[in-house]
Amino acid sequence: MVNTKVTLSSILLDNPVIPASGTFGYGYEFAELYDINILGSFSFKGTTKEPRFGNPTPRIAECINGMINSVGLQNPGIEKVISEELPKMRKVFHKPVIANISGFSVEEYAYCAEKINNEAQVGMIEVNVSCPNVHHGGMSFGTTPEGVAEVTRAVKAVTTKPVYVKLSPNVTDIVSIAKACAEAGADGISLINTLMGMRIDLKTHKPVIANKMGGFSGAAIFPVAVRMVYQVYEAVRLPIIGMGGVSTAEDVVEMMLAGATAVQVGAANLVEPFACKQIIEELPSVMKKYGINALSDIIGGAHK
Amino acid sequence: MKQSIYTIIKNEPLTSAVYRMVLAGDTSAITKAGQFINIKLEGLFLRRPISVCDYDEKTITILYKIVGKGTAAMEKMPPQTHLDVLTGLGNGYDTAKSGSAPLLIGGGVGVPPMYRLAKELLAQGKIPTIILGFNTKEEAFYVEEFTQLGVKVMVATADGSLGTKGFVTDIVKTLSEYTYFYTCGPEPMLKALSACTLTSGQLSFEERMGCGFGACMGCSCATKYGNKRICKEGPILEKEEILW
Repeated sequence: MVNTKVTLSSILLDNPVIPASGTFGYGYEFAELYDINILGSFSFKGTTKEPRFGNPTPRIAECINGMINSVGLQNPGIEKVISEELPKMRKVFHKPVIANISGFSVEEYAYCAEKINNEAQVGMIEVNVSCPNVHHGGMSFGTTPEGVAEVTRAVKAVTTKPVYVKLSPNVTDIVSIAKACAEAGADGISLINTLMGMRIDLKTHKPVIANKMGGFSGAAIFPVAVRMVYQVYEAVRLPIIGMGGVSTAEDVVEMMLAGATAVQVGAANLVEPFACKQIIEELPSVMKKYGINALSDIIGGAHK
Repeated sequence: MKQSIYTIIKNEPLTSAVYRMVLAGDTSAITKAGQFINIKLEGLFLRRPISVCDYDEKTITILYKIVGKGTAAMEKMPPQTHLDVLTGLGNGYDTAKSGSAPLLIGGGVGVPPMYRLAKELLAQGKIPTIILGFNTKEEAFYVEEFTQLGVKVMVATADGSLGTKGFVTDIVKTLSEYTYFYTCGPEPMLKALSACTLTSGQLSFEERMGCGFGACMGCSCATKYGNKRICKEGPILEKEEILW
């Protein structure tokens, strides 16, 4: 018997597989397909202080081995997430969830973190400083060490839950950003968010996405994600949730070798609704194939 | 929703650009006319959503127009090809509101879902009238299939080569004895119908989708009754809730 358990900031996960925020809603659609309690955890739809409709449509564009999205943080706002979605989520998922929060000012991040802090269901907070879709939003915080540090400190000051800062790959030096999070008291790092991308329609000569640009995700970005997880693992002594193009159990192993303690699966859920279930089911045989007895033994294995 | 593997048993042209594909497999997730399926195609990342034209216990019929890479790839698929498909997506038309004599209006690639809807309404003892709109006679399809259902069929073509010269709205404006309407087609047509119809009705919308089953919020649409996902709470919206 192989051991798939990992520990993330003292939360024991049955396996490292976690659907990424924005690709799994609040879990309901997937709970109709399979028992989502097989997941290590899941990171629910990014939440802001106020309700948001998000960006105009079209919000989606096809790419080779990936897609661009420009949803723009559509969500009902933190109050409704707590009063309506969390109780519904509790019925389909019985493990601690990851609350993904976003904001347009340091105060908004702190507001959301403080509100969610009392919810026993929430195991940890994932702070999105990198959503590339909102003009005046997260991007500015996520692209400078000062910005991420300020948000991290503000969130840490109002919550007792582990705080994971989710980083944008659209920066010149991911290591300096990760170090700034660590120094500001982050409990862990999530990376990578989507890469800024764009497609243009040859028939209309116009961008496919209404907002012109969006976040590129899917299998195509996996090597970029592995590289950044590897770099951040070398630079900071914090647990890492690795993500970006993960689609198979082999990808999970590779991401963990690069330095991830847990792994999120994003775009794959949208085109293959059973992606996480299949990855979890395939993990033991992939581990056996590569002589891995316990997944927790291989975290950062590529650095030795 | 169900995910399953289907076998192509028929893939044939109806016009130079519109094809009929019949898939054999599990149809148990499909419950209403107006729902769609989402097809995985090799080499393409996103699935391709296509409305259901008809279905029975063992087969699904779709009519698709070649407009891009996905549909171009579908056209080349021979019978016996296997396809990974999500079925039973979307809300579908609510036939309970139709009254005794509803209008069914299909424009171009919006024609297919009207076929199953007409069959459902007929089975309920209602008398639907079908109005089909195309650009030209050469582009027209399924006129004969609708006629064979034993319903009244009227056709409009933009160039007048078949039926009334003009748009479906030109026909609708001449009618007054209908109890409700159902439609699917290009958005300008839907908007024009919303303005010229005398009754309530249901309109089927299109939007670029990420997942097709409600997870990604890629196809959201603001309505009078809040935000709806075209793939989940849609694609059918009621006339009264639409914000044009």
